[in-house]
Amino acid sequence: MSHVTTTPSPETTAPVDGEVTRRRGWGWLLLVPGMLWLAVFFVFPTIQLLFTSLYDPSGSYETGYQLTWHFGNYVSAIADTWNLFLRSFGYAAIATLVCLALGYPLAYAITFKAGRWKNFMLVLVIAPFFTSFLLRTLAWRTILADEGPVTGFLKAIAVLPDDGRLLATPVAVIAGLIYNFMPFMTLPLYASLDKVDHRLIEAAGDLYASPFTGFRKVTFPLSLPGVVSGTLLCFIPACGDYINAELLGTPKQYMVGNRIQAAFLTEHNYPLAASLSIILMAVVVLMVVFYIRRAGTEDLV
Amino acid sequence: MTTTATARPASAARQAPPVSPRRSPGRWVSDHLVLGLGILVLVYMFVPIGYIFALSFNQPSGKSATAQFESFTWHNWTSVCEPDGLCASLKLSFAVSLTATVVATVLGTLMAFALVRHSFRGRGVSNLVIFLPMATPEVVMGSSLLAMFVSLGFDGVLGFVTIVIAHVMFCLSFVVVTVKARLVGMDARLEQAAMDLYANEWQTFRLVTLPLAMPGIVAAALLSFSLSFDDFIVTNFTAGQSVTFPLYIYGAKLKDFPAQLFVVGTIMFLISFIGVVGVELWRRRARGVAARR
Repeated sequence: MSHVTTTPSPETTAPVDGEVTRRRGWGWLLLVPGMLWLAVFFVFPTIQLLFTSLYDPSGSYETGYQLTWHFGNYVSAIADTWNLFLRSFGYAAIATLVCLALGYPLAYAITFKAGRWKNFMLVLVIAPFFTSFLLRTLAWRTILADEGPVTGFLKAIAVLPDDGRLLATPVAVIAGLIYNFMPFMTLPLYASLDKVDHRLIEAAGDLYASPFTGFRKVTFPLSLPGVVSGTLLCFIPACGDYINAELLGTPKQYMVGNRIQAAFLTEHNYPLAASLSIILMAVVVLMVVFYIRRAGTEDLV
Repeated sequence: MTTTATARPASAARQAPPVSPRRSPGRWVSDHLVLGLGILVLVYMFVPIGYIFALSFNQPSGKSATAQFESFTWHNWTSVCEPDGLCASLKLSFAVSLTATVVATVLGTLMAFALVRHSFRGRGVSNLVIFLPMATPEVVMGSSLLAMFVSLGFDGVLGFVTIVIAHVMFCLSFVVVTVKARLVGMDARLEQAAMDLYANEWQTFRLVTLPLAMPGIVAAALLSFSLSFDDFIVTNFTAGQSVTFPLYIYGAKLKDFPAQLFVVGTIMFLISFIGVVGVELWRRRARGVAARR
């Protein structure tokens, strides 16, 4: 029966009668409209951004810019904002790790322990995210406020000093990132845990592996694809986010996204904004590629 | 990876416990520990929703909604459209998200079919171009699009069209990935069988392929809609003077914050929650009826 699903040999140009998968021919035309969209509205602007980053910085929004292959923009961008980059990647990394620590038990509970409540719990994971994330972040601002319940409780149990605060600290910004990107971690984790063959876990138990050993040797390795895509879906948007830093932090917690946004929309300093964007994109893409290589799941798309 | 799962009987046999591990009290505790942890995380995810719900009944003493609950009122619920521009922004957001969802779902589904079903040169490049938008921070996509629109002289017409263009762009990759996942898992022999039973290409597609692919397409459309409806960063760059719902909230944060926003937040939550739970219950019933027959 397997002959039905095999791909045709390279010599066959016309589809073999009844051949269902991977036909040659004009099928690639289906790809054209979408690829055109991405080429015009993603690839082209990105290339243009690359050129913008090399404009002469002495130009302005009013007088126009000249392309002078001014690589110095990158030097000055990094010199000015290296701490913002470090902070962004640091915050994003911490948030991603905490998301994994919180999301894994949740995804595990949904997959293996929820029984008939499985779908209901899945709905509960997604449901809060139908409310605008700005509203939810603003709600966190209220909850973490100086007179708010969380600060009061932490002061009462003396975790926080009497004059301590949560809002306007890195803790609040990272907490916001964690909250906002939780479902991006939980759902891929659930998807790959759900595919794990229960018989393998049972087999581990039958072979006298303790539940923990069974988890460490069987369940966790099998859920690694979910861990990889979950951490990426969490880390990438967290790196470029500036809303949490703006609503829950102060300029002292600003991330590189805040700087790009300000350079573009308020200062109109396009060369600086463009070189920051290019650096951010390049670093993120490099990290992602390296990470995927290390994790050994190259078929992310 | 399955080798790690099956290749370790020797070391495990050494510590053979007398009772089956599944019956031990430690196992019971660990079972319920994980479930308890999961439920705690869920509760955490609902904390801000509870706040938004409570504050939707708050009567602030000043003009702007505040953090403290002052007094109970129904007023916010009966005057949702009262704040200037709130309902207009909702309308614009719905129009943008619906348009972007339809376009992205159609284009993305076609791309997924091409990638899964057809072989051609340049698959690698195509996959890369589809993957890159997902690895690009939103602030970069938004700023580069704005720079392009400005340089092409579109500053004056920034609005509905440019927002939709941007939203379709970042939704496309997610649609392709979601639909592709579904297509890859489909049993090709079903289509083979349809062809054997003298269905032509179009009939096979309409009666077999499309229904099988539908769950993936629907999931992709829902994902697109929620990504588009809730997007702030890219929209902020491409909207010009237009105000979508997220932009409205952001603007309101800076001046008077109308309590009606909490009502809208609560309604959005309730509609989607009831919708999803309703579909689930209906499916259970349908399954029950089918089982009884």
